[in-house]
Amino acid sequence: MERILMKGNEALAEAAIQAGCRFYFGYPITPQTEISEYLSRRLPEVGGVFLQAESEIAAINMVYGAAATGARVMTSSSGPGISLKQEGISYLASAELPCVVVNMSRGGPGLGNIQPAQSDYFQATRGGGHGDYRTLVLAPSSVQELVSLTHRAFYLADKYRNPVKILGDGMLGQMMEPVTWEEIELPPLPPKNWAIKGKGEGERKFILCMELDPQELEKFNRKLEKKYQQMAEEDTAWEIFGEESDPHLLLVGFGTVARILKSVIREGKKEGWRIALLRPITLFPFPYKVVQKMAEKAGKVLVVEMNLGQMIEDVKLGVEGKAPVHFYSRVGGMVPTVDEVLQKIADILRGEGRK
Amino acid sequence: MKTIFERPKTLINKPFTYCPGCHHGLAQRLIAEVIDELDIAEKTIGVGPVGCSVYIYEFFNLDFVMGAHGRAPAVATGVKRSLPDRIVFSYQGDGDIAAIGTAEIVHCANRGELITSFFINNAVFGMTGGQMAPTTLLGQKTTTSPFGRSAEVQGFPFKLGEMLAQAEGSAYIARVALTNPRLINQAKRCIKKAFLTQIEKKGFALVEILSPCPTNWGMTPLEAVQWVEEKMIPYFPLGEIKVKEDGSHDAS
Repeated sequence: MERILMKGNEALAEAAIQAGCRFYFGYPITPQTEISEYLSRRLPEVGGVFLQAESEIAAINMVYGAAATGARVMTSSSGPGISLKQEGISYLASAELPCVVVNMSRGGPGLGNIQPAQSDYFQATRGGGHGDYRTLVLAPSSVQELVSLTHRAFYLADKYRNPVKILGDGMLGQMMEPVTWEEIELPPLPPKNWAIKGKGEGERKFILCMELDPQELEKFNRKLEKKYQQMAEEDTAWEIFGEESDPHLLLVGFGTVARILKSVIREGKKEGWRIALLRPITLFPFPYKVVQKMAEKAGKVLVVEMNLGQMIEDVKLGVEGKAPVHFYSRVGGMVPTVDEVLQKIADILRGEGRK
Repeated sequence: MKTIFERPKTLINKPFTYCPGCHHGLAQRLIAEVIDELDIAEKTIGVGPVGCSVYIYEFFNLDFVMGAHGRAPAVATGVKRSLPDRIVFSYQGDGDIAAIGTAEIVHCANRGELITSFFINNAVFGMTGGQMAPTTLLGQKTTTSPFGRSAEVQGFPFKLGEMLAQAEGSAYIARVALTNPRLINQAKRCIKKAFLTQIEKKGFALVEILSPCPTNWGMTPLEAVQWVEEKMIPYFPLGEIKVKEDGSHDAS
């Protein structure tokens, strides 16, 4: 199997092509611009369309138009640009249109900086746009996983007729790692018989995002609710690393942080620490049940994030008070080091006594 | 017996729900007649606005996409880029196209996007109840310019058509009104040209249609028609603003 050293953003872009994406609408913003640059060269080669929009708002609405025709389509940006796309994402969720939205997030708020951060967790998992909607959120933690989760993102978008977000960060987008390119097989999908193509000789079709009758809108909201429940039942994904059967501490971290936590576990093992890592791969749906099971097993939880504490709210919802939940973070584009986390763990274990 | 007048096939057999004296219905009928005459209904996709004509999809026997306020040109771009052999038209009011969606229409025109855009200019926000629009005339009273629009405070009525004509990618820009049979016939010819501009891949096309809003202007339908002729047309002159004849232009 061929292994190629690739930058995260370019690997994601190539994976999108392999997954059948033929339309990309975007606007430049660091640290994800390589996705646009790569696709501007590659999409014409495969008969696709790359179009640089005048704004993030236009880009997401072009995505909406192409998605309405049944095309596989994506856009990508970073925090400030995703903020502008939120209106369109709400409409896409309302019109039940599949698409992939990539956020290689950076330090915020405001213009912030261009260093890696996880401060868009709330924005990604709580919507950000108006109305009661959800998007699936996939959180890769390696360049290889940027590839596999990009495939999965297009599959899930079509499966649920819903926008799917890939939440990476500036580090994942910019780092280079070897990638193995292999055929990725996913289950078959139903035909897109809802897509707008011009009515031809058949019945006219609409893609709508409005329902003025409250009784009807309630029915539609309940339909979406069922879809979100189905996502939780069928497509929640996570990884457990380290001491799974008898841990005395559970670490929870996603994306870039999870890579660091794996090193922490390897180092801690030298000290005789039995630590488990739970890495949510889907941030929505969040693996609440697994968090609770593992937290009960470990008795103590440490959440590490590159934000002021966002995913920790989901962890606490999962733990339901059955174990203390500690927190360590670096913010503003700073990345936690292995030593810092080891020190934090030592403090927790000292403070509460070794198991 | 020979049929000399009938409902266009492209319209559903359903009465328009617009206010008495509003010209949305007239404009939409003309668009439907042209689609019939060009025999393009099977491959035509409409993109609707947010505003009084948000229900436009209900009246047309066509595939339709409803987008966000002001974003129809971007949505239409996505549709057309995905299906370049289809005919795509968008339909927007003045708040939609000339206020919140200004960026989208300007860049759509400048890219020479092969779509046909219809712009209903009635000098107010209709659906929300008659607030000031970018096209509200100087001195015109609305619910948000109760003392009359003043250039010092609210700036000038926006001539979108003239501005879009400056964009290299626009191939056909016209302004029409529907206040008498002669103007209606003229408008239909412009609507047809705007579709042909797309079919012949010449570039972006837009027809601005001056329309009365008796409800929000506080007038009878006849007074409103008179107001279009006496107040709007002098500021928004009718006619073809731009006709690009040279060669075909394929935006894709």
